[in-house]
Amino acid sequence: MFFQETTPDTSGYMIAGYTIAFVVMGLYVLSIYLRNRNLSQDMTILEEMDKSNAESEAGSANQRRKSPQSQGTK
Amino acid sequence: MPSKPLTLRILDIVSVIVLGISAYIALFVAPTELVMGDVQRVFYFHIGTAWTALLGFILAAGFSVIYLITKNLLWDRLQVAAIEVSLVFFLITIVLGSIWARPAWNTWWTWDPRLTTAAVTELIYIAYFMLRQGIDDPDRRARFGAVYALIGGLSAPITFFAIRLFRTIHPVVISGSNPEAEGAFSMTPDMRTAFFFALFAFTVVFIDLFWNRIRLGELQDKVEQLKLKVTM
Repeated sequence: MFFQETTPDTSGYMIAGYTIAFVVMGLYVLSIYLRNRNLSQDMTILEEMDKSNAESEAGSANQRRKSPQSQGTK
Repeated sequence: MPSKPLTLRILDIVSVIVLGISAYIALFVAPTELVMGDVQRVFYFHIGTAWTALLGFILAAGFSVIYLITKNLLWDRLQVAAIEVSLVFFLITIVLGSIWARPAWNTWWTWDPRLTTAAVTELIYIAYFMLRQGIDDPDRRARFGAVYALIGGLSAPITFFAIRLFRTIHPVVISGSNPEAEGAFSMTPDMRTAFFFALFAFTVVFIDLFWNRIRLGELQDKVEQLKLKVTM
């Protein structure tokens, strides 16, 4: 390559290089987006589960408080 | 998860623009190198990604030290983000180098000190994520990760100085005069413009991806905490 008289045509390598660089960066950006979306969905579901857990706990605590009174009236 | 801050949205757009301008300057403004031809143009992205990746690995080592002192998981998130983005950039560096080497050295790969240290660095940080995935306890994971990233951080300066310390065929572009280097060239003013703009562009892109990755880490931690709360 270094004893040539004319500049070699290495444009194919250049195109391959730039294509790979942009594809890798694009895939990484896509992976950040997809992970973010999936985590946001998980977050929504977990928040709902946490809310329903808290409601059911509050309900059972109320029932425990009421049950000695109802036993007393019988 | 709160919506993206306006500054980050602007930075996303700016990153795309500067990356586009950098590619334009490298492909259309910088002159064709006479000996290697067009393949020399990958050099601009090769150096840009290498610079940010090595900087990211060193930053991660710094975050590790701060984590080990403070035990604040924020520094662990910063460390993971810096390493992940750097790992992607360094992969691009290695692939572009290999593509350049094919016409310049007549081989895709050779076990030259620079190429070997670069490959070892990439493998060290792939192993870092494998190590983290194997540990469930967040504090233990962060502690192990910090120690690993601190020791692994040594590979970044070793890779950078490999071409200055050992006999190598890899060209030294910045302040280098290695007589054994194959594929070395001197830069014209337009090449310098493309070179420095690529450094700037990849620094901006790195900051943008780093910020986005930090936000992802925050969300991951929140989901992990909520999972523990719900299952208990």
